[in-house]
Amino acid sequence: MSVWRQLVRGLRALIRRQSTDREIAEEVESYLEESRAALSASGLSEQQARRVTQREFGNATSIREQVRSYGWENAIATPLSDLRYAARRLRGNPGFTAISVMTLALGIGASTAIFSVIEGVLLKPLPYPQSEQIVALWHTAPGINIKELNLAVSLYFTYSEESRVFQDVGMWTPDTASITGLAEPEEVPGLAVTNRFLPVLGVQPALGRRFTPADDDPNSPRTVMLSDDYWKSRFGGDRSIIGRRILIDGDAAEIIGVQPPSFQFLDRKISLLMPLRFNRSAVRLISFCCQGVARLKPGVTLTQANADVARMLLLAPLKFPMNPGFSATMFADARIAPTLRPLKELLVGNIGNTLWVLLGTVGIVLLIACANVANLLLVRADGRRQELAIRAALGAGLGRIARGLLMESALLGIAGGALGLALAAVALRILAASNVAPLPRVHEISIDSLAVAFTLAVSLGASLLFGLIPVIKYARPRLSNALRGGGRSLSQSRERHRARSLLVVLQVALAVVLLVASGLMIRTFQALRHVDPGFSGAERVATLRISIPEKQVAGPERAIRMEEDILRRIGDLAGVSAVAIVNVLPMEGGSNNPVYVEDQATREGAIPPIRRYKFTSPGYVAAMGSRLIAGREFTWAETYNRAPVALVSENMAREVWHDPRAALGKRIRSTLKDDWREVIGVVADLRDDGVDQKAPGIVYWPLLVKNFGAADTNVVRSVAFVIRTPRAESPGLLRELAHAVGSVNPNLPVADVKTLGAVYDRSLARTSFTLVLLAIAGGMSLLLGVVGIWGVTSYSVAQRTREIGIRLALGAPVQGVTGIFVRHGLVLSGIGAACGLVAALALTRLMKSLLYEVSPADPVTYVAVSAGLILAATLASYLPARRATRIDQVEALRAE
Amino acid sequence: MLAMMDEHNTDVIQGTMDMLILKTLSLEPMHGFGIGRRIEQITRGVFKVNPGSLLTALQRLERGGWLDAEWRRTENSRRAKVYTLTRAGRKQLENETADWARRAGAIARLLKAEG
Repeated sequence: MSVWRQLVRGLRALIRRQSTDREIAEEVESYLEESRAALSASGLSEQQARRVTQREFGNATSIREQVRSYGWENAIATPLSDLRYAARRLRGNPGFTAISVMTLALGIGASTAIFSVIEGVLLKPLPYPQSEQIVALWHTAPGINIKELNLAVSLYFTYSEESRVFQDVGMWTPDTASITGLAEPEEVPGLAVTNRFLPVLGVQPALGRRFTPADDDPNSPRTVMLSDDYWKSRFGGDRSIIGRRILIDGDAAEIIGVQPPSFQFLDRKISLLMPLRFNRSAVRLISFCCQGVARLKPGVTLTQANADVARMLLLAPLKFPMNPGFSATMFADARIAPTLRPLKELLVGNIGNTLWVLLGTVGIVLLIACANVANLLLVRADGRRQELAIRAALGAGLGRIARGLLMESALLGIAGGALGLALAAVALRILAASNVAPLPRVHEISIDSLAVAFTLAVSLGASLLFGLIPVIKYARPRLSNALRGGGRSLSQSRERHRARSLLVVLQVALAVVLLVASGLMIRTFQALRHVDPGFSGAERVATLRISIPEKQVAGPERAIRMEEDILRRIGDLAGVSAVAIVNVLPMEGGSNNPVYVEDQATREGAIPPIRRYKFTSPGYVAAMGSRLIAGREFTWAETYNRAPVALVSENMAREVWHDPRAALGKRIRSTLKDDWREVIGVVADLRDDGVDQKAPGIVYWPLLVKNFGAADTNVVRSVAFVIRTPRAESPGLLRELAHAVGSVNPNLPVADVKTLGAVYDRSLARTSFTLVLLAIAGGMSLLLGVVGIWGVTSYSVAQRTREIGIRLALGAPVQGVTGIFVRHGLVLSGIGAACGLVAALALTRLMKSLLYEVSPADPVTYVAVSAGLILAATLASYLPARRATRIDQVEALRAE
Repeated sequence: MLAMMDEHNTDVIQGTMDMLILKTLSLEPMHGFGIGRRIEQITRGVFKVNPGSLLTALQRLERGGWLDAEWRRTENSRRAKVYTLTRAGRKQLENETADWARRAGAIARLLKAEG
């Protein structure tokens, strides 16, 4: 009650200052009057009464002041009036205010946007309970030169059974499922998971039940869980769906549960969750296939978990038999070691580096913006020197004047921050919608309270930064000077120029850093575009995937026949010049396995180097636009005959046999038990791990082989078609392709239709994303820097009008006068550029991991940036300087 | 008017102004000068009230909800702001009186104590 009354009365006093003051004055007056009346009544004359009252109580004004100073509102009344004054001043100069607010909004908005991205991608925890306990089970195997090794089935069972640090262990692998019998056959993305996968994540189904160990048994009936999205779109959210059966890859599976809408896993699009089923007694030691996740027991650290996994890695060979055809010591020789990491790290990957570089970049843009605004404020404060001097002379304290100046900056900063927040919101919406950014967790990026707090802090920090400069320079005016000198446009002293010149130097230096950074990204992008990825004309290559389930087409040969039939139908389409099959498209991963070479002395039991395995049909080289370096490709006859043949990549041929030609006729195999296979061709290198990564050594095997990988037969049933046609991007082609596939087998869904160009672009996505953002930042900083030079020169021309008039009147050549200003601009930008180049040399080291075959000290970039900047600076100082020459001499001299 | 007491300290004891005002107003509603004069009279000039402090204290007590204020005509037909004790004010006065009695008693005992 009384707090409320305090607040209301205080606010009323604040808003109706005048009437409050009047009331206090009246009360004081009435008090004194009563006193005088009382004294008169006791017999004193009126005059005596007045004198006594005066002596006893002092004068009315000081009493009023004392009474007035009571109340919390007084603590803010003065700053508030300063604020009102500042706002009035800003409104009085809308041009200055608009430019300053816009400049700040760009800087602050960019910072807020990047901060929100960092927060959503890097800082926010994953959407699972105690998500920090969830780790991804990765390994490394230096013995066989594999840096990143996933999880083997044998290790999954070992960790589940022997662990001391995990609450739960789950294994998963991406999977696709062709769903038939509902409507059109369709291939949907899914995840095959073991039964403890969902408990690891802490996810409860919205409907039905989770998987149990029984679901993981290959002999039990098939079961499936639906995603919320798939459930709603295909089954209309029907709650009686539990217990129904759907056909997955031709097999009936019972729907046992539906995920909550919030369920997500590593940004994957998941429609179905299926059990990942293994017969434990048939599992061999070397069975790396899938990825693992586990939930740590509370309080267990990553180091402890790694130590426990290292212990269990020694147990696995005792629990599971070695694969046939592998040397008994292979597991030990691989020197497998655990590299567990938080699940979030797996999702976020190394985008962090890019994002921090970008935050640094926008921070620099913000600094430049602040320098610009500070410069404008300096000009304004300079114009107010007289006013400030008069206020100081009348007794305004240093603090009061400084507060007034700072209040103005704070208002600008907050207005800029508010507008910047709006800009950031728009930018983030575009970012989320456009899908251009190769960012994980894009849907989790938003402007939340933390981002707003960040914006506020940045706005106030920036205000302080650019607001303090005029305060330091002008809040304590040298009274006599300012009062005397005011109004007379004497030529400015060097000293008054210094602050502004310094700011311009700073701006140019920072702009140079950003320009160098974007220049380096441009050079990186160029370098990457020049790399031969191992295929050509990618935008004229359409691709699609199909999978032929064993349930539908039994027998390996029939499956391959069907693939060839489809290939021929596609080849008959108008415009198709070549078509081939490969198990995995370039740059989309693949399996890595050892390759034994005949007559190469490998130490007994040692594992030969690991190579990328690919399986291809005849015609692969032509369809991909690759080159055959030596020999020939497979034939269909060889494929059907399961002939022991293989192709190798050029780099592997050179490494093993020192010459591509020498590889022909040599023999290789996958395991010690396999048949030897003859190398019949050498294919140009393929940048299969991304354009910026070294091309791996690759072996190409036919789609159908026997005695391979310690198995009788290996047949590739899930394949990508690579179709070279100028119509690769036309929507009509998709229809024709679906028709071609459907005419061979109407139950085969066509999946993942895209061009090879899209695959290629995605491998450059991070570089182009960084490049675009850096280029925008660099462009903004150049613009602001140029505006800075332009502003300083124009101001100095305006201030020196009289001097110029005198010079011209005395016969100075026009070029000479212009030259003074251009030289000044060039000196400033020259110093700025020099500082900026040195800073860039130091700072661009931080972006080394984003560069490709370009040194952070790349001379071309530095020279180009310097030259461009000098040119821009010359222009920015020449244009305002030219105005000096058009000065009317008589006017200039008279304008006093 | 009370010039002969100049050599004595006539300041109101720190922290007791509110209690003095509340007590005075518990007798009848009064305006500022009336309160000051009444305090001087009742304390026989031991306390002399400074109008600035008094009016500030009245503001504070009013905001605190212990007093109500109203502009009225006084008996000699001058306008004055007249203060009335509220129910909360009466309660507050009881508390302060009890508190004061407790503390004054303690101080008196302390001063009477002999080594």
